[in-house]
Amino acid sequence: MAEYGFGNPEVIQEEVDILIIGGGMAACGAAFEIQKWAKGQNLKIKLVDKAALSRSGAVAQGLSAINTYMGENDPSDYVRYVRNDLMGIVREDLIYDVGRHVDDSVHNFEDWGLPIWKQPGDEEKSLRGGGKPVRSGKWQIMINGESYKWIVAEAAKKALGMENILERVFIVRLINDKNDPNRVAGAAGFSVREDKVYVYKFKCCLLVCGGAVNVFRPRSVGEGTGRAWYPVWNAGSTYSMAAEAGAEMTMMENRFVPARFKDGYGPVGAWFLLFKAKVMNGMGEDYSTLRGDIIKDEKRFGKYGMGVPGTCLRNHIMLEEMINGRGPIFMDTPTALQKLAEKMTPKEIKHLEAEAWEDFLDMTIGQCGIWAGENIEPEKTPSEIMPTEPYLLGSHSGCAGIWVSGPTDLPGVPKEWSWGYRSMTTVKGLFTAGDGVGASGHKFSSGSFTEGRICAKSMVKFALDNQSWKPELERPVEEIVEEIYRPVRNYLQYKDYTTAIDINPHYITPKMLQFRLQKIMDEYVAGVATYYRTNGKMLEMAEKKIEMLKEDSLKMRAKDLHELLRAWENYHRIIAAEAHMKHIQFREETRYPGFYYRMDYNFIDDQNWKCFVNSTYDRKSKQWAIKKVPYVQVIK
Amino acid sequence: MPTFVRTDKCDGCKGQDKTACMYICPHDLMLLDKDGSQTGHAMKAFNQEPEQCWECYSCVKICPQQAIECRHYADVVPLGGSVQPLRGTDSIMWTIKFRNGTMKRFKFPIRTTPEGSADPYGGKPEANPAEITDDKVLFTKSLHKCDMSQFVASSQAVAA
Repeated sequence: MAEYGFGNPEVIQEEVDILIIGGGMAACGAAFEIQKWAKGQNLKIKLVDKAALSRSGAVAQGLSAINTYMGENDPSDYVRYVRNDLMGIVREDLIYDVGRHVDDSVHNFEDWGLPIWKQPGDEEKSLRGGGKPVRSGKWQIMINGESYKWIVAEAAKKALGMENILERVFIVRLINDKNDPNRVAGAAGFSVREDKVYVYKFKCCLLVCGGAVNVFRPRSVGEGTGRAWYPVWNAGSTYSMAAEAGAEMTMMENRFVPARFKDGYGPVGAWFLLFKAKVMNGMGEDYSTLRGDIIKDEKRFGKYGMGVPGTCLRNHIMLEEMINGRGPIFMDTPTALQKLAEKMTPKEIKHLEAEAWEDFLDMTIGQCGIWAGENIEPEKTPSEIMPTEPYLLGSHSGCAGIWVSGPTDLPGVPKEWSWGYRSMTTVKGLFTAGDGVGASGHKFSSGSFTEGRICAKSMVKFALDNQSWKPELERPVEEIVEEIYRPVRNYLQYKDYTTAIDINPHYITPKMLQFRLQKIMDEYVAGVATYYRTNGKMLEMAEKKIEMLKEDSLKMRAKDLHELLRAWENYHRIIAAEAHMKHIQFREETRYPGFYYRMDYNFIDDQNWKCFVNSTYDRKSKQWAIKKVPYVQVIK
Repeated sequence: MPTFVRTDKCDGCKGQDKTACMYICPHDLMLLDKDGSQTGHAMKAFNQEPEQCWECYSCVKICPQQAIECRHYADVVPLGGSVQPLRGTDSIMWTIKFRNGTMKRFKFPIRTTPEGSADPYGGKPEANPAEITDDKVLFTKSLHKCDMSQFVASSQAVAA
C-alpha cells in the first residue's frame, strides 16, 4: 500500500443525500432548519466548511447591527427600499420572501443569547415579547454582536449534530451528473490539514461560500492587503463553482463599493444613522447639500436621482468631490457627538462614546487600531471617508449572484421565475442562498440565515422526491483528484529546476497570480486606479489578459496545503472576475454610477437596459453566453 | 495588523495536536512551528501570511494564554497604538492604547445565555410535513403580517 503524504493524498468518497458547502450565516440557517423537515426521513446530511464554524463567513468578527429586521414595517416596503437602492432591477419575489420570514430568525438569535439593544423601559423584554429594539435606521437594529456568529454557529452545530459537520475541508469543484449534464451529482475538495481529498455524491447541495473579495487590487497593497472591507476569505467560490456547473448567473455586473472610514474600512452606518454625523469635503463644505443636485440630471440618471438616492449615487456625489480636487472627505464626528451631548448628562455622554467605539470593536477592530495609531479621538478629530475597492456580493448592498427559483404563492410573479424547488438554481439539485442569490441584495446576516432556512426546506423536498435516483459522477474520481492536486504536482515536479523557490518558469505562485488578476481588474475593469471608469476597449484588453491568466492558472504551484487553499481560492476569483467583466461588457449603460462607469455609455438607459443580465458558462469551451431577461415589477 | 504571537507567552497549546489559534483562524493563517525550523521558536504558533490577515481577532480572543496581539498594518498605521481584548463568557473587555499614551477601556456584553446553552429547538414546534411545499411556512410558523394589497397584481387577484 502506498504511503499517503504530500502529493499522494488519501481519497475519501462518501455518498450523502444533502451536502451543505460553506459555514457562514446561510449555511447555519440551513443547518438549523433542515433537521426539522428531515426528521424521520433517514436522510444523510453533511456540512463541509473550509474554516471553523464558530468563526467562519462574513460575520466571523462579529457585527454591531442586524441590518434586516422588519418589525413594524411591511415586507413590501422592504422590497421598495431594496429596489430603490439597487437602481430598479431586482427580483422582488425573492426579496419579499426574505422579508416575510426574516424576523423569526432574529427572534431565534435572541433566544440563543444574542444581546439586542432595547429602547429605554424595554430592556428586560425580548423582541418576541414586544420589546422595542433600538433602530439605527428603518431596517437596522443595534446589537452587542461580538459573539453573533459564535452563538448562531452553536445553535447550528447542535441542530445538525457535530458528527455531520466537517471543518477545514475546502470544496473546490462541483461535478455534474453523468446522465444529465444539467444536474449536479457531486462535489470534491481537499483537507487543508491532512493529505486527503474528499469526493461526495449527493442528491442535492447548498452552495453558500460567500461573495468575492480581493478580485480587485485593494487600496492597501502591503500588509494592509488583508484589510478588505468584506472578509478576505470570500474568494468567489460560490460564483465560480456554480458557473462552472452550468448555473445561470444574474447581475454579475453589479458590485459594491462601500464608502467607509479610510484604510480601516470601519462601518459608517451608525455614525450616519444613529449619531447623525455629516460628511464634508476638504474645505469643510457640506458638499452633499451644496452639490447633491448633480444627480438630478435626468438625461444621465433618469428618475433615479429624484427621490432618496441609492447608495451608488451617494458615492457618485462623493467621487465628484474627490476627482475635482476637493478631498479629502471627512466624517464630522466631533460636531455630531457635541450635538448629541448637548442634552446629555456626563454619564450618558460616556455611554455614547462607548457606543461609538463598540461600533468598530464589534465588527472592524482594525479601524480602532488606526484611530489608536493615529491618535484620533472621534470627539476631537474628524475621520476620513473613502470609497473602497470593488466587491462582488449578493447579500449586502449589492446583487451579483445566481438566478434562483422563487416562491410560488406571491401574486403577479412571472411563472418562469419559479421552477419547482425554492432557491434552486437552473442546475438541477444545486441550491444557493446568501451571497449566492443574485438580484436580491440587502439581506445581510439575518436575511442570509433566513435564505439558508428556506433552502433547507426545499432541499429536503428535493431529496425525498429523488429518493430512488442514484448520482453518478460525470468525471472519473482519479481525474478529479489529479485536477485538485495539480498545483502540488506542478511544485513537486519542477521545484528543483531553479535555486529560488518562487522564481520558476514552470509555475506561478498563487500570490503572483492574484496580483496579476488584481492588476487587470483594477486598471481595465473600473477599479480604484481609474476612479471606477472603463469602456469597451479597456474591457476588450481585460478579456484577453484574463484568458491568458486562466490558461496560466493551470500552472499554479502549491508548496504546501495552505498554498493549495490559496491556489483554488484564486482560481475561483478568476472565474468570478471574468463573469463580472463579461457582464459589464454586455450591459451598454452605466446602471450604477458611483460603483462603476461605462464611459462610452455614461448614462442610465431604462429604455434598453431596465432588465436583468443573465449568463451561463460552458466549462468545456470556456465560453460565456449572455442575454437580457425582462424585469417585472411585483410590488407597487 | 497582522496578529503576532509572543514568544514569552505562547505554549503551543501544550503540545496538543492543534493550537486554538490554528483551529479558529477563518483564513488558515496560524501555524504551529513544531520544531522551530520556520521561526526559530519550537512549539510556538505564528502567523504564516500576515498580509492576508483581516485583523478579525478570532485568534487573539481564543488564545488561552493571551499570547496573541495585533501590530496594526505596518503599511498603513503609525506604530505605538494597540487594541487588546479579554473575552470572557458573557462580556468582552477592551483596552485601547493610543500612540500618544491615551488609554481607553470598554466592556461590552457578548451574550445573555451561558456558553454552550443555545438550544436550537427548545420550545419550538415540530414541522408539519404536509407544509413542505408551502412557501409561507418555515417550521417555526412565525410569518410576518403581510399587506397583500401592496402587490401590483393584488387587484386582479381579488377580482379573480
